[in-house]
Order: sequence, then structure tokens, then C-alpha cells
Amino acid sequence: MKAPVSWIRELVDLPADVTTEVLTDRLTALGLKLEAIHSADITGPLVIGRVLTQDKEPQKNGKVINWCTVDVGDANGTGEPQGIVCGAHNFGPGDLVVVVLPGGVLPGGFEISARKTYGHLSAGMICSARELGLGDDHDGIIVLPPDAGEPGDDVFELLGLDDEVIEFEINPDRAYALSLRGVAREAALGFGAPFTDPAERSLPEVDGRAWQVEVEDPAGCPVFAARLVSGFDPTRPTPDFMKRRVEQAGMRSISLAVDITNYVMLELGQPIHGYDADKVAGALRVRRAREGEKLTTLDDAVRDLSTEDLVIADDSGPIGLAGVMGGATTEMSDTTTRVLVEAAHWDAVSMFRTGKRHKLTSEAGKRNERGVDPLLPGAAADRVVELMVEHGGATAEPGFTLVGTAPERPTISFEPDLPARLSGIDISAVTTVESLRAIGAAVTESGDGSLEVVPPTWRPDVNDPYDLVEEVVRIVGYDQVPSVLPRRATGRGLTRAQRLRRRIGRTLAGAGCVEVVSFPFVGEATFDRLGLPADDPLRSTVGLANPLSSEEPSYTTTLLPGLLEAAGRNVSRGAPGVSLFETGTVAFPSENGPAPIYGVHTRPSDAELEKLLEALPVQPLHLAVVLAGERSRAGWWGEGADAGWTDALAVVRRLADELGVRIQVANAARMPWHPGRCAVVSIDEVVIGHAGELHPSVCKAFGLPARSAAVEVDLDALMAAAVDVTPGPVFSTMPVAKEDVALVVDASVTVAEVEAALREGAGELLESVRLFDVYTGEQIGEGRKSLAFALRFRAPDRTLTDAEISAARDAAVAAAVERVGAVQRT
Amino acid sequence: MSGPNTDYDPVEVAAVSPAEVEAARDAALAAIAAAADLEQLKAVRSEHAGDRSPLALANREIGALPPQARKEAGQRVGQARGAVNKALAARQVELEAENEARILVEEAVDVTLPTDRDPVGARHPLTTGSELIADIFVAMGWEVAEGPVIEAEWLNFDALNLGPDHPARTMQDTFWTEPADNHVVLRTHTSPVQARTMLTRTPPIYVVCPGRVFRTDEYDATHSPMFHQVEGLAIDEGISMAHLKGTLDHFATQMFGEGITTRFRPSYFPFTEPSAEVDLVCFVCRGSQVNDEGETCRTCRGEGWIEWGGCGIVNPRVLQACGVDSSRYSGFAFGMGIDRTLMFRHGLEDLRTLFEGDVRFTTAFGSEL
Repeated sequence: MKAPVSWIRELVDLPADVTTEVLTDRLTALGLKLEAIHSADITGPLVIGRVLTQDKEPQKNGKVINWCTVDVGDANGTGEPQGIVCGAHNFGPGDLVVVVLPGGVLPGGFEISARKTYGHLSAGMICSARELGLGDDHDGIIVLPPDAGEPGDDVFELLGLDDEVIEFEINPDRAYALSLRGVAREAALGFGAPFTDPAERSLPEVDGRAWQVEVEDPAGCPVFAARLVSGFDPTRPTPDFMKRRVEQAGMRSISLAVDITNYVMLELGQPIHGYDADKVAGALRVRRAREGEKLTTLDDAVRDLSTEDLVIADDSGPIGLAGVMGGATTEMSDTTTRVLVEAAHWDAVSMFRTGKRHKLTSEAGKRNERGVDPLLPGAAADRVVELMVEHGGATAEPGFTLVGTAPERPTISFEPDLPARLSGIDISAVTTVESLRAIGAAVTESGDGSLEVVPPTWRPDVNDPYDLVEEVVRIVGYDQVPSVLPRRATGRGLTRAQRLRRRIGRTLAGAGCVEVVSFPFVGEATFDRLGLPADDPLRSTVGLANPLSSEEPSYTTTLLPGLLEAAGRNVSRGAPGVSLFETGTVAFPSENGPAPIYGVHTRPSDAELEKLLEALPVQPLHLAVVLAGERSRAGWWGEGADAGWTDALAVVRRLADELGVRIQVANAARMPWHPGRCAVVSIDEVVIGHAGELHPSVCKAFGLPARSAAVEVDLDALMAAAVDVTPGPVFSTMPVAKEDVALVVDASVTVAEVEAALREGAGELLESVRLFDVYTGEQIGEGRKSLAFALRFRAPDRTLTDAEISAARDAAVAAAVERVGAVQRT
Repeated sequence: MSGPNTDYDPVEVAAVSPAEVEAARDAALAAIAAAADLEQLKAVRSEHAGDRSPLALANREIGALPPQARKEAGQRVGQARGAVNKALAARQVELEAENEARILVEEAVDVTLPTDRDPVGARHPLTTGSELIADIFVAMGWEVAEGPVIEAEWLNFDALNLGPDHPARTMQDTFWTEPADNHVVLRTHTSPVQARTMLTRTPPIYVVCPGRVFRTDEYDATHSPMFHQVEGLAIDEGISMAHLKGTLDHFATQMFGEGITTRFRPSYFPFTEPSAEVDLVCFVCRGSQVNDEGETCRTCRGEGWIEWGGCGIVNPRVLQACGVDSSRYSGFAFGMGIDRTLMFRHGLEDLRTLFEGDVRFTTAFGSEL
């Protein structure tokens, strides 16, 4: 909402010392937030000049310029006439014009200086309205009325260039502030200044004779006012003051008739529609649209109407989308002389739905869907008639049609100490009553000390006791709220999951991984890049009805795409290697939709809540890691190493160790991983994710170095298995006995299998077993491999004898021989 | 070795004569002193204290002396050998120390050589920032509540006094999941977590809810379809706007430093009444550059205040929908953008740097708590 200060001051008698800054500060404190102050972007001297001489000089290019001398009084410091070249011709000697002298600056930073042009030294400029930012009129320069003033007089005030326009950010509940009436009322409230309500008018008697109006849907249209004027002169221009104000408010000046309706809307907040009465056939009917009806609106769009849309119809059918936009067939034109004026109060919800359905935002719709004062229609229509008579030469036809009555405001029962209780400010009952009366509410004190409050008709947003509290507190001042810390919070600290997540993040950062946060939007092409088969369950996503990009219309089921893209971005920006991780939720569709919509007057039952939650997608927290390119750097110490499948598994194992979780890994083939270098990770035989080297095609698709590796695990599952209380470890301080064994097995036998056999065979004395070498080659034979293990034996209570050690080692080897066909290498 | 000889005069036996013993001792001591390194000392030890050394040989002769002469000769040779061994040990220690010192000198390195063999990791500032905020509130006895990002429409809107035709719904451009009549959305704020908390717990409630939210904003330097919020909710007996102000002042001070407080401006949110916008004293200029034409603070653009978030007293309609007895309890709620808070706290120019995943961005925050 843009409100010229001069217009505000016309409606409220503000003290002279209230500057625009003081005014906006006060209004901001009351809830009308200042967005910007706009002022004419002009620096003087800008003065009245009287044209003394005007010599027409034809130029070679066919143009004729005027070489003028202009009396600017003492404004130029010399009192001598000023020589100025001017291209316009709509003036002559003796006329008063507007002159900007050298040193002045016009809108757009256009600096004026004396300069040579067309063979003269032109010392200044005779201005047009457009050059001063006063509109689009550039047909000629401004010629002032003969009584405008004396040469040399400053013209800022005369032209209204000293007027500032305040732009407010209006909250959706403050519909009344979308008018000068509302803004001025707030200013009056803020300064205790006298307010003149422009809607207070004496109206003619309602006789229903202005036009026949039938309201078939009084719920949608509680009040409908109509007036008629004739003899309107459509050729008359909009008076300057009106044009300027309409433009200052951010609207376009179109024609006198349209400008008047907009002017009254800006002034009062009541949207108005003017019909060319000669084009309206029969009575106006307010009703819901019928199935299949169409309407061409003022913007020339053909709209298919819904049976929920309120329309205004005549004998020809719908001629307007009620309260939102008029129709083309009855539009006022440059030949309109009879104007039927409509001002109606509409149901805000219906307006909102129609606007949304037709994707229409209009100045009228904006006000109607937020709620307009229902007492306004008669006054607004009367004001329009007045202006059409005054500026359009029209005659007010007798008759005033007013159908319906304004809906009653609720009576709110109110405890006068509630503002103090909820604000923490010491607010007396007297202040409360005064404040409520100041906003225009009717307050009666009932016997028991409570108040009966009827809010004003222009405040449809005030309906509850808490709404009244806000009114009182904003008048007392939000800056009066004291600062007091609540003292009763007795929380239980972070949850286990919250603490574990922090630990996981720190562990990964400690492992050299950098956390990223990426968008969860994916599409089929994303899954194609991952090489997922057509029937992969990850392709079954939660779809978005209105995605930002049709390429990515789904919420993701895997964190890898975002992470791989980020890795590729780093690589393309020159990173030799990158280790990234991300934690975030993924989503899998639920079969239990749709989610119910419950009432809001009572809490849903537990069973209802459960049903609601079941309808939501399953959203586990995942962790993904990508390790691409250089993982440890080469340097003067020697060679570096690129990331590979072992790094991926190392990260998983480090996490598991950190959380005290025992995981198992086994070979698996699953995209987007290399089919031979992918591990499925499980806890107690429940799969929680995968880790390993990425498939070469995936590295290529995301622009990553060959052999890049990745991990994705279900973090909820991992955290659920985390150890809660670590049992105290028991360990022996007796001497350790170390034995190495080398076993040759078939290449298909896994290390885990051999190790398990060794453990079982070695028995209780075995402290640890660790593979330290793998050898394949001619000595071993085709399809065979040699695995070297370091075994450590220790007893809890004694030094082991050589015989005991040998026996345990031999038993371990024997088990490996038996279970995995190992042959001991000697 | 010869056998005992009764007329044997030890003084007459050359090897054990005082002069010989003295000479041998002196020669040994001189050689020890002259040994320049452990290698030479080893040779000296062998020559002057070894089995074939003069003093060792002299010692051997003692046995052959007549008994009356043995004592004196033994003393003489023993003292000489003792002196030599002592000198040897002392020189050994000396030379070892010298040797060690030399090795340490030889082993000196250039400590300015790089050591960056292992990759450096870091957590994202959105994570550490959210944790910082959570810790500020946990320290006051609050808890951290969380909820899913894909949320029921009823919890995201209706329960928060945002009915289907509420104009404020158009302020929040919502991502709807398919099919649209499924009534499931990507949450547009973290407020549904507040609703969930009220629905499942009994007051007193003091929770903060940090999390990821979505709106259909086009992606640019200051807008993102995904961003992060933190909201707070307190429900208790006798809660007022004063408690809200106290909590936000404390939060601001912890987050931005002593003296950084807040101010309220009337505003509108469906879930609170009265509602307020909360501004923060500019923590860079602290208001010193208000109306200063010469030097305009880049953080607050010369306003002295930074818009931080919204807040208010929880609308009783919300309490009602969430099963809280509004005649007994009142509450306050507040919310602000974490991304935006980080942007002005760290002077970030472009929101997108938070979501690009460039490691140079994130590792720069590695030292943040």
C-alpha cells in the first residue's frame, strides 16, 4: 500500500512537527510496517519562469527550436533573464513555465548545466510533466495558470513535488490499511489526532430505484449498493490531483471514470465497479455461476466459470466475476455517458477461492478477499457519484439501491486484565477500555467486572479476546514488554538419537569427510544415471504435484545423487580428490493415504492421530559418503593413494566401532556399485546398506575419477543398534604368544570364512586373529590364494607353555583345513 | 706364570715396580684422554685395560711374588687399574653424550615441510549452527523436538489456525505430494513439530525445533526451495510476552554477543495472537551507523536493526486443536531462518553456497563449534 503523506494529512489533523520519519516510526510501532519512503527525486533550483521572448529557429534537420529568454526573478542570482533553448511549442511569451536552473538534478540523476546547443548557450531547461516525474504527459511543457505565482518562486509545493509517498507492508489481517481511510485512522490513533472519516456522508434515502438488483446469494453478497449517473462526459481529463494520487498509489491512470472508481477505492478501501449502463440488459442478478458458463473479463481472458464463483449477471448472462474483475461486454469506454456504479460487500472466502481458481490478483480482489468494512458500499457509491458530477459533468440520477444489511459484529466477552497477563506489561483496566475504544470498538462494562466488546465493522480480523489483547498491547507499545526469562523449564537434555548424530558427524569429519547439504529432488533421469534397473524399489518415490522442475518431480529415496553431483562439482572445479558425506531423510511412499483432515475445535483422538501418521511416507534417516580421487596425498614423503572400495568399507567400520555396533559385510551386486566390489552391510542379518567401489558407468555419468567409492546406510538402523552401556572389558596381563600361519585356499573362499574357522579351532586361548598378507602366484597355483594370519594367544592366569601354544595353533589350522579346505603353507 | 719364589723381590720385578705401574697407568690415562670417539676409546680400553694390557699383566705377576711382597704390589696395581677404569667409564659417558648430541644435530629436519597427507573433514555450518542454537536452549532446560519433513496437511496448516481458505496459505507456497488430494505436503515451516509436541505431551513444554523446510521459491542468491528454520515453543501456566522477550534476548546475546537484544513490532501470524516481528540489534555496527550517510553498515544497511524472525503468544485456537487447556495454559512461539541467520552472522553473500557442496566453503567453518 502506497499512501501519499498529503492525502493522509487531509484525513487526520497531525501536528505540524510530525515529520514523515516520525509518522512512519509510529505507524511501524503500531503494525503498519514501513517498506520505503518515496519522494520526488529532484534537486532544485526549480522555479517559476515568465517567458519574455520566444524566437523560432528552423534547424537543418527540419526541426524548429525556440530560443527563449525567461524571467526567473532573482533565482539565478543576477535578476537578468535566462536564455534557454526549448523544443516544445505549446507556449508563448507571457506564459508562466517551470524552469530548472543549472545545478539542478532531475529524476534519474539528470544533471542540468549551462551548455552550448543549436548555437546558443542554454542555461537551464523548461520542464514537461514527464521530465519532473509527474506522469507520462510529454506533449509539451507545463504551462502554469497566470495566478500560479511570481517568477523565481519555488514550485516544489505548487507541483506537489514536496509530497512524500509512504509504502507500507500490510499484513493480511490488516485489510482496512489498504486504504487512506485506514492508514489515516492508524495515524490518528498513534498521535491522538482528530480523524475525519471520509466514509461519513449523508446518503439519500434507499428506494431501490437506481437499478433493479436481485441478490440470490445473500451469504456471498450481504450488501449490494447501486447508483446511476447520466450525462457523464467521457472526454474530460482526470484532474491533476486525482491523477497524481492514483499514480502515487501505484496504479495507472486510465480514464476519468475508471480513475474515479480507483480513487474512491484507495480513499475508502471499498472496491467499486462501474458499468456502461447502456450496455447492461435488465436487472443485475448476484448469483453463483452455472455449469458451463463463460465470461470474458476486462483483461480479455475467456474464463470458464465454476459453480462456486459468484457472478453478476444481467439478462445476457454473467457480466462480471463478482468482486474480482468486471466483464468486457459492459466495460466503460470513451463513449460511456451513463454509468451504473456498483459497490458491494462480498464474502471474503468466496473471493479468495475465485481469485485462486482463476489465478487472478486484482486491487479489488486483494481487498475483498481480506475483508472490507460492510458499512462502506452506500457511502462509496455516493462518493463516486459526487466525483463524477464534480469532474465529469454528470448528473446524479435519483434513486439509491441498497440490498441486504451488514453482518453483525460479534460481542466479545473480555477480562480486562487479560492484556496485562498475556503481555507482562502493567496495563490497567482503564487503559484497556480506553485502548479498545480508540480502535473504534464499543465497550460496555458488565456488573461482574468483565467487558462486553463489539469490534468495529472495519476490523473483520478482530474476533477473539486474544485479538483484543493485541490491539491493547500495540497501542500501549510493544516496546513496553519487559524481558523476563521463564524459569520452569526442566528438560532431559538431548535425546540419544541427537547425541549419536552429533557423534556420527564428528567421526566422519575426523575421517576426513566434508559434510554437504543438498536438495532432495530427483527424477527418472537421476535414477538412470545411477544405473538402477527399471524395477528397482528406489524408483518408487513420493511424487510432487507441483515440482519446481519437471525433470525432478520426486522426493528422493537415496542420498547418493545429490552427493555424487556435489562430488562432481568439486572435481570439475579442480579438486584432486574429495570425500563428502550427508545425512538426511529419504522417503518411501505409504499405502495408507490420504491423510485425513480433522476439525480444529478439539484434539483428534489418539486413534485418529495414529491414522494420520500412518498416511505419511516412511522417512528413514540415511547417511551417504562419496570418496572420489585422491584420498591421501602424494608428497615429499612418497606416494599418495586414490580412494577405492577399501576406503568406503573403512568408513563404515569406523562408524560401527564408534557406535559399538557389530556389523557384517558380504559381497553383493547392486547398482550404482561395481558388481564385484560392493559389500552389503548388515547387523544381525538385517541389511542396513551398501559400500564399495562405484560402477564405472556411474563414475562417468557424474564426472568422477575411476574407482570412486560410495556408502549409503540406514542411519536409524545403525543408531538403533548402538551400544547403550558398555560392559567393563576384561583382559589378561600375562605374556602374549604370537604365531603366524599361512593357509592356501581356493580363490573363492573369503577371508571372513577362513578367519571364522581359525577362531573356532583356536579356542579360548586365542586373543586375536588378523590377516596380514594375501599372496597369489605360480607357487600357489591357478585359482588359489595364500592368506597369512597373525594369531595371538594369551591365557588369563598363566604364561602359556610352548606345548599349549602349538596345540592351539594346530587346532586352528585343523579347523581351517576341515571347514574351508585350507592347506597350511610351510 | 712362574711359581712362588721366596726370594723374589717385587721391587726388583720390572712389571710390578712402582715406576712401571705408574708409567703404565699414566700412559693409559693419557690414551683415554686422547680418545676422540667411542671407537678409539674401545681400542684404548683393549690396549690399556684389556687382558693383554701392561696393568693386567702386572696384576698377573702379583701371584708370583713372595707373600710378604704381594700386599704392597697388589695395592699398587689395583689402584692403578681402578684409576684407569674410572677414567674409561667417565670418558665413555662423555663420548656417548657427544655422540648423541651429534646424531641429534644430524637428524634435524626442516619443520616447514608440508604434512598434509591426510584429507581434512568438516561438518556443515548449518549442522554446527543448529547445534549451537540447540545447546543454547538445552542449557536453559529446553528440549530439542523433531519431526518428519513430509508432513500431513492438517498438522502443517489446519492445526495451526491456517484453515483451507486462510489468506496466509498463499504466503507460503507449498509443495504438495501426489496425488494432491492426499493431503500430504513438504512442510513449509517447522511449526508442525510444535503441533506434534503439544499433541503428544502435557505442559509444561519447552522445546526448540530446528529443521529443514520447503517452499516453492525459485533458487537464487537469497531464495531457496529448501531452507532451515528453528522454532521455539513454551507452554506453561502464566506465560506472557515478557517471557518471550526474555528468551529471545537471551538467545540473541548467546548467539551474537553481550548487548545484542531484540525489539518487537506488531505483525501477523495465524498461529500467534498477539504476533510480533522480532528485530535484532545489529551486531556489527550496534546502531552506530544509523543515518550516517558516510558509512553505511553492510549488515543492517544503516537501519541499526536486523529482521530476525516472527513470534507471539500461541493462538488459543492452536492450543485447542492440539488438546492443550487454554484456560489453564498460555504459551509463546517464535521462529527464524537458520540459513538467513548464518548469512548475516558470517557475512555470506549468496545463499547457494550453503547447498553447492564445495568443500572449500565447508572446511572454512571447520573450527566452528
